[in-house]
Amino acid sequence: MSKPIDNQTVKFYQTGTLTVGNRLLDPEQRTVQASAERTNAITCGHRACQGCGEALGARYALDAAMRATDGQLICVNATGCLEVFTTPYPETSWQVSWLHSLFGNAAAVASGVAAAQRVKKRPQVRVIAQGGDGGTTDIGFGCLSGMFERNDDVLYICYDNEGYMNTGVQRSSATPGGARTATTPAVGEAPGNVFGTGKNVPLIAMAHNIPYVATASVADLHDLEAKATKAMSIRGARYLHVMVPCPLGWGSAAHDTIKLARLAMESGFFPLFEAEHGVVTSSRAIRRKVPVIEYLKPQKRFAHLFKPDNPHGSEALARLQAQADENCRRFNLLRDEGAV
Amino acid sequence: MSHQHPFAITLDVGTSLANRTGTWRTTKPVYGDHLPPCNAQCPAGENIQGWLFHAESGDYRAAWDVLMRDNPLPAVMGRACYHTCEGACNRGKLDEAVSIHAVERFLGDLAIREGWRVAADAPPSGKKVLVVGAGPSGLSAAYHLARLGHAVTLADAGPKAGGMMRFGIPKYRLPRDVLDAEIQRIVDLGVELKLNAKIDDIPAAMKDGGYDACFAAIGAHLAKKVDIPAVSAGRILDAVSVLRSMESGEEPPKLGRRVVVYGGGNTAIDVARTAKRLGAEEALIVYRRTREMMPAHDFEVEEALEEGVAVHWLRTIKRLDDGEMVVEKMALDEKGWPQPTGEVETIGADTLILALGQDVDVSVVTQIPGVTVNKDHTVAVGPDLMTGYPGLFCGGDMVPSERTVTVAVGHGKKAARCIDAYLKGESYAAPPKAAVAVHDRLNTWYYSDAPASVQPTLDLLRRQSSFDEVKGGLDESNALFEARRCLSCGNCFECDNCFGVCPDNAVIKLGPGNRFKFNYDFCKGCGLCAAECPCGAIDMVPEDL
Repeated sequence: MSKPIDNQTVKFYQTGTLTVGNRLLDPEQRTVQASAERTNAITCGHRACQGCGEALGARYALDAAMRATDGQLICVNATGCLEVFTTPYPETSWQVSWLHSLFGNAAAVASGVAAAQRVKKRPQVRVIAQGGDGGTTDIGFGCLSGMFERNDDVLYICYDNEGYMNTGVQRSSATPGGARTATTPAVGEAPGNVFGTGKNVPLIAMAHNIPYVATASVADLHDLEAKATKAMSIRGARYLHVMVPCPLGWGSAAHDTIKLARLAMESGFFPLFEAEHGVVTSSRAIRRKVPVIEYLKPQKRFAHLFKPDNPHGSEALARLQAQADENCRRFNLLRDEGAV
Repeated sequence: MSHQHPFAITLDVGTSLANRTGTWRTTKPVYGDHLPPCNAQCPAGENIQGWLFHAESGDYRAAWDVLMRDNPLPAVMGRACYHTCEGACNRGKLDEAVSIHAVERFLGDLAIREGWRVAADAPPSGKKVLVVGAGPSGLSAAYHLARLGHAVTLADAGPKAGGMMRFGIPKYRLPRDVLDAEIQRIVDLGVELKLNAKIDDIPAAMKDGGYDACFAAIGAHLAKKVDIPAVSAGRILDAVSVLRSMESGEEPPKLGRRVVVYGGGNTAIDVARTAKRLGAEEALIVYRRTREMMPAHDFEVEEALEEGVAVHWLRTIKRLDDGEMVVEKMALDEKGWPQPTGEVETIGADTLILALGQDVDVSVVTQIPGVTVNKDHTVAVGPDLMTGYPGLFCGGDMVPSERTVTVAVGHGKKAARCIDAYLKGESYAAPPKAAVAVHDRLNTWYYSDAPASVQPTLDLLRRQSSFDEVKGGLDESNALFEARRCLSCGNCFECDNCFGVCPDNAVIKLGPGNRFKFNYDFCKGCGLCAAECPCGAIDMVPEDL
């Protein structure tokens, strides 16, 4: 007998719903990025490195937010790569209302902008604060926590490339254990970045019981856009943490940016989930499980872990794998959701 | 400056569009159309990916039109072709190959149902071409020549057109209404079909009829023989005659209760399955070598076994007595060749059918000046399929080649193009082929998991007792599903990935059907578009520095 296809949960298309667009899908089912009318929040001519994950992640998130708010959006940017590569005086790449103050105060400035909109009785104008992991998890952390704690009507987006890349690849509190940076060299007995410290800001944000916390990745555009859109449908303090690989800081090929983000996702090393009011409500199941070493190996910052004479190598790799395994357990990433 | 600037600001705000980051680039992305492995494999030169592309969007007419550019017999081909394309299909490495033949058959059947027609592409050329032999090769040549604007006469010695498609392939694999419909469509294109018209002197026929060129494709109909001592010679038949007699409207041949077929090719399988359907209680194939060495296609052997056909591998027939047959067991030597063991056994047999291959009846060409016949009784032709006699081209089973319907159809197309060039005083040069889109070029992450659709199969009892078609067709939803399993290897299908993943907005979307182009003013050459292109349609090419 022929196989019935009517009872398929996902109507099948040549590339399913995994590609950016699909000529066979209705336009409204395609991503914002598939549309020639997308905002292009960051336009051409910016000075990000070749294959920059952050330039991509920021455009993905802001274009989705622009569509969700009908263009009524103000962005406040922390200091960092994203600010530097888009706005060398007197040029700007931004095609959204955009404001930069200091490295550590983006969340506080955004709170002020949101308050101003309230005073001006412009409820339709929404506010996004954004920064890299340095400006978020380290330098701007106090202001961020305050914004959460006051439940200010701001979506804060952190583009996490796991270090201070713009200033020469220094360690941040988001740098993973074992990674080599300028300040955590892998020389002799030094193992690269230490294990067991650092901050998991999505979990810290959840501890503030704010309405919405989510993680996303440049490797899953549909998921990222859905989360940015959902975040804009909610009032109050929201937090979106996007993984954005950095070819410069990670020592990876420019064309591998999305592949690495995908391997981080599929190994369980970077879990994608959503939480509302401090409770995890959903996670993205792993589609094709890979061991963490597949993610680590293409990156020069982990190259020392694979040297046979490195006394820390195998232990560090085991710890990184254990982190991924723990994520799989904690966020239930290994459930079978049928063929996708 | 005419207006006041804020404190410490001296320049107007400008856009970063002034910063042409394209100058950073050392390699640049380039869109290309690579040759999908299915297309590269197809002996008829079909643009399979090209017609599947249209079928995916449900535009079956456009799909059929693309298909018909290369092959005038889609409904036949979807049934009788051994679809080597599917063996080459990159999707086979992912889950299962796209069931290309099933979609082709769906399109072919739909075209017959809807009465779709094609018209000539060129105005009448005033040239006349004689095609000898209305088998797949001759029909294909006639069709393509007609579309190229030439006046074609298609002559066949038999009572009906179709050649081996009618007199070799059993009905249960290729229903005759399907064959008739596709032949009629070629005739409707203006091809003059002459049946029962055996041509013994081709140069004379060309001269008398005023033909400017001739394509001969008379096939290979002479059954190969082997000397087997027998009590009664009448008990030994040949497979070609048995299959032919099924079509000639005579009484079907009396084969007896126990039929033995000698041979290991597709014809052996066909005749054994036919015997079963004619009521033979036992249909047994005897083959000299092993199952792995059988030239017959595996799925046909499988289907025959399902229907109760038995196979004795590693046996040769020594002698046929009254009601029984003596066979000798063979064993493979260290080189893998079968060698006699001296050990014999006896098998009950009423009829022996020889299916040992066929030869070309070259008598029609041996007298033609310039024509060379090869040692294996095939006709020598050049790369343009022309013989040593100017204007005489040959193809199909009568030239050295793999003898399948699809190869024959390909010969017909190639001959038509070469004849067209010959008639213009030119020589045909095939356009250069793009590099094959191998599996390594693909980014298969983006393809959804989807196993192949299964064609319905006739139940076994009816397969053993009737000549009804064994394999059913896909319905529309299944055919659409199957078409959409195509990975579009090497050819852009407008998934928007390059447009989406460029960190520099350096990909310009040109709208439906027009694909994309790169904005090299800003492309930094990172290669993300090429890496994330599912189908491998983008190459990174070094810049001249």
